Amino acid sequence: MSPLVAGLAQVGILLVALAAAYRPLGDYMARVFGSEKHSKLELAIYRLGRVNPDAEQKWSTYAYGVLGFSFVSVVLLYVLQRIQSVLPFDFGRGNVPPGMAFNTAVSFVTNTNWQSYVPETVMGHTVQMVGLTVQNFVSAAVGLAVAVALVRGFVRSQTDRLGNFWVDLVRGTIRILLPLAFLFAIALIALGVTMSLKSGVDVDGQTVANAPIASQEAIKELGTNGGGVLNANSAHPFENPDEWSNLIEIFLLLVIPVALTRTFGQLVGNRKQGYVLLSVMGLIWGAMLAVIWAAEANGLRPLEGKELRFGIPASALFANSTTGTSTGAINSLHDSFTGLGGGGTMLNMLFGEMTPGGVGTGLYSILVMAIIAMFLAGLMVGRTPEYLGKKLGRKEVTAAAVSILAMPTVLLIGAGIAAILPSTQAALNNPGSHGLSEILYAYASASNNNGSAFAGITVTNDWFQASLGICMAFGRFIPIIAVLALAGSLAAQKKVPVTAGTLPTTGPLFATLLGGSIVLVAALTFVPALALGPIAEALL
Amino acid sequence: MTSTLQRTPEEIRDRHAENLGHQVGSGIFTPRQLLTSFPDALRKFDPRYQLRNPVMFVVWVGSLLVTVFAVTDPSVFSIAVALWLWFTVLFANLAEAVAEGRGKAQADSLRRTKKDAIARRLTEDGSEERVPGTELRIGDLVVVEAGEIIPGDGDVVEGIATVDESAITGESAPVIRESGGDRCAVTGGTTVLSDRIVVRITTKPGESFVDRMIALVEGAERQKTPNEIALTILLSTLTIIFLLAVVALQPFAIYSGGEQSVIVLTALLVCLIPTTIGALLSAIGIAGMDRLVQRNVLATSGKAVEAAGDIDTLLLDKTGTITWGNRRATEFIAANGTDERVLAEACRLSSLADGTPEGRSVVELCVEKYGLSAEPTDAEKVGEFVSFTAQTRMSGIDLNGRSIRKGAASAFTTSGEVQAIVDKISEDGGTPLVVAENDEVLGVIRLSDVVKPGMKARFAELRAMGIRTVMVTGDNPLTAKAIAAEAGVDDFLAEAKPEDKMALIRKEQEGGRLVAMTGDGTNDAPALAQSDVGVAMNTGTSAAKEAGNMVDLDSDPTKLIEIVEIGKQLLITRGALTTFSVANDLAKYFAILPAMFAAIYPALGQLNIMRLATPQSAILSAVIFNALIIVALIPLALKGVRYRPSSASALLRRNLLIYGLGGIVTPFAGIWLIDLLVRLIPGID
Repeated sequence: MSPLVAGLAQVGILLVALAAAYRPLGDYMARVFGSEKHSKLELAIYRLGRVNPDAEQKWSTYAYGVLGFSFVSVVLLYVLQRIQSVLPFDFGRGNVPPGMAFNTAVSFVTNTNWQSYVPETVMGHTVQMVGLTVQNFVSAAVGLAVAVALVRGFVRSQTDRLGNFWVDLVRGTIRILLPLAFLFAIALIALGVTMSLKSGVDVDGQTVANAPIASQEAIKELGTNGGGVLNANSAHPFENPDEWSNLIEIFLLLVIPVALTRTFGQLVGNRKQGYVLLSVMGLIWGAMLAVIWAAEANGLRPLEGKELRFGIPASALFANSTTGTSTGAINSLHDSFTGLGGGGTMLNMLFGEMTPGGVGTGLYSILVMAIIAMFLAGLMVGRTPEYLGKKLGRKEVTAAAVSILAMPTVLLIGAGIAAILPSTQAALNNPGSHGLSEILYAYASASNNNGSAFAGITVTNDWFQASLGICMAFGRFIPIIAVLALAGSLAAQKKVPVTAGTLPTTGPLFATLLGGSIVLVAALTFVPALALGPIAEALL
Repeated sequence: MTSTLQRTPEEIRDRHAENLGHQVGSGIFTPRQLLTSFPDALRKFDPRYQLRNPVMFVVWVGSLLVTVFAVTDPSVFSIAVALWLWFTVLFANLAEAVAEGRGKAQADSLRRTKKDAIARRLTEDGSEERVPGTELRIGDLVVVEAGEIIPGDGDVVEGIATVDESAITGESAPVIRESGGDRCAVTGGTTVLSDRIVVRITTKPGESFVDRMIALVEGAERQKTPNEIALTILLSTLTIIFLLAVVALQPFAIYSGGEQSVIVLTALLVCLIPTTIGALLSAIGIAGMDRLVQRNVLATSGKAVEAAGDIDTLLLDKTGTITWGNRRATEFIAANGTDERVLAEACRLSSLADGTPEGRSVVELCVEKYGLSAEPTDAEKVGEFVSFTAQTRMSGIDLNGRSIRKGAASAFTTSGEVQAIVDKISEDGGTPLVVAENDEVLGVIRLSDVVKPGMKARFAELRAMGIRTVMVTGDNPLTAKAIAAEAGVDDFLAEAKPEDKMALIRKEQEGGRLVAMTGDGTNDAPALAQSDVGVAMNTGTSAAKEAGNMVDLDSDPTKLIEIVEIGKQLLITRGALTTFSVANDLAKYFAILPAMFAAIYPALGQLNIMRLATPQSAILSAVIFNALIIVALIPLALKGVRYRPSSASALLRRNLLIYGLGGIVTPFAGIWLIDLLVRLIPGID
């Protein structure tokens, strides 16, 4: 098989697998969040946390829940790293330095999984298993919860209640993420992903680092986290042994964000509303795949840093999916991509992580964009803008605007300062436009909670640790607060009936409008910066 | 410009003719208006004023910044950019000033109606005292006699008079106002032509309908409407994004070894932020109100106008709105072996002297269908007209021994055949009039409600816009159904009492629908108040006018359809120009970015697809285009984007094509053309 045919076959298998999972998983998730019954295990957890699972919350209470839970998570994860030397399985790796511990704590709690450390020399198994893996589950569940709260805002009317954050968090973790992650961890072990409590194995007299990888590997992808157990991430044979494990990992990256559109359609009572979101996500994902693939296939750059085990198509497929889902796991170094290919992975993030985006975050981000698009479209048809039966007025537009503003704000400020700091020059491996691409990529990755690294830039100095940590936190929580406020004001509204004058949001016209808005907003915001980075590189 | 409120009847007719074509246009915009508005535009340079518009405030600050740099380090380029940035602010001011100027002209003509009348107030003991109209309070009773001006809005509580309302409505034919009933409301500023009336004042001075309208069209007190506020937030967000993008560009440029001047960065910023819509936004709003006033509709708030565009359900009274107010003769049905022509001649004779609308319609039918004469011959003039009385229940003529009568069927002795005809007409929703000569029945005239021409088409348009029309009538369900089907309304409410109307509105609103209606009577007032858009007829009572949020001075119930169109057009204009404004940015990137960075990365010169001469000419051309497009779009902002009733999808597709795609293409052409001239300026390199 030629690489092209093999690549197309992989894309084909991936799409078939996603299509097969779409309905059952989407419907299952809709049932999980729609059901009123609690399992015994869940009830025990609620009793332990002194939570009344049947008490619904206002948007502000819900938001306090998210923020409080995340804050406590950051503190616990920070402390865990700082006291590593007294924990078992630390292999003498010592306490993680403060700046790095802060950055890592924020990174895993915000579902970013930006890694400024080399796992096999910094993190012991206890921190990995008790700290990082736990966050891999719950940070993804937080994203799911916020998305579901927003959907409830559309579905409900004349209420100030959005559900219970603790119930949504627990259900997302226990009923969705845990079973799937368990299942696929077993599958990955079967394919050769390692699972060991030892610090390494001897291979031909050399010690190769090892860890309980498979248990983290599945949720790393499934929860769109991306933090590798080993520095080389999914390029490492222990994390990603062959093309089948590679395909499974790509499938896991995409499956929840994709199926959530079905969940959305089910919950709002019109599956077409979900299909149209999926079509927009899919079209942009497909187009970007074509760009990255073509750029890599035709690239004239030397093979330095290129992934040869999986080849160009599988690398492009992984790179496109990991940057399109806010995961950030990698099976090849994006830094070694061509100007256009690397720029493509960056652009995926700059779209705001909604093609199809992270677990939960992808859905709520694209819904926010839909609100902006429908606001303008509503005006253009001469009616007070509405979407899914809710009017888009001052409050809704404000919340959507704040949500959209957060990412570019922290990204551009952070990258702008970094570009002129003298210390940055020392941190960069490449001068000129590629160096700027590296800076932009780092801040795009952090601000969008992606976590993939362009590499080529050493991000361990205090400025990077602190500024990227802040970008991750603001890029995550400002949109979450705005989205929950949005959900609150939507839920408080009466539902506007669908009449002949309503602009339909299920057809190609809406898909074009939404897709156009996503591309246009990203392009208008970032073209000047990109001109000096990837665009200059690509045109050279 | 001429006052739009004081029109001759010819002008009114012309205007109505124009309205039939659905052109929700407005007075013609002339370049002269730019000149006359110039002083006002200059006054708006005050930064406190600019702060009200975040987008233009950024331009204002940018202009100041560039001016400082242009003064400290003068060059042809820096001075030219500074000048054109100020022009951008000026053009925005101008757009608003022109719109306000047109509004002021409206306001002035409205204000002219508020001549300070001296009121003859009745005191408790029945005597009169003379007080200025401005001192009247609600509940005061004033006497107005022929030749005097009515000092304030109110209801006639005593007497009957003819009133000249041309000052308000432009309609020169006097109208009758009388106490009691639905024609008791009088408007301050109108003149009593005959007789004497006593008016109870119903509004405080300064708060009459006209006062509120003046405040609205002048723009001074203009409150932003909800959609306008939401749009302003979106525009501010875009401005912040671009501000960030441009500010962050400097460190990236420094990193890349090509630091940019503040002048260039400011030029880029101003070109990117949505100045086009920012500059025209308030003009669009003012012009929308203005269009409404030109249609002789007074609205109490801009919000109501916006709501009109959102209407889902339209309640229309049958009589006078869907059908002509009067029943008209539509058919003569001969009976008892009478020849149809003989019947027609008898009908004509019986109605020649009958001045009632029904009587006239009988003669008209004779003329149209049977070619008979509408005028009595000399021989016929000697006949003696017998008018209708409650006792005889018939009218007619005695002529040369012939006694021709027409009247209700019950007034005659009717045969089975005639009775069958009569019953059939009643069933169809018509009214039968039996015609007899010398007590011998000749046949029956069918009087029916006639649907106004063109109504069916208008309802079809409304349906295309997604608006459901409901006909409200006091008729029985059978009649109502027949007329509803003929007129093409979606639904009807038969045997409607005012409380039924109210219940219908509530039911629609509970489902989340917005309801509009027209009304004139006092018993319409609660429904008018309940509806989202209530248009009261000027001929109606004060209670109705107070309850509604608009008053139609022409008292034309079909006006509601135009009001809906104006409301929609207002939103569409805003949306379309926003789209246009944002779409413009693409070309500006292609103009400015290569100009800024081709020196560092020559490869970026490939992006200069317009082949602009030099970096400076490219940047200046973009700035000039950005300023000129505002002026170019002022007429569109004032007139409003053309609105064609069609489905939402069709509208969106059309507007996306014109203003989205057009917005992408236009600046490429515009900037390229401007550059052809700019490159000739000496000192630009």
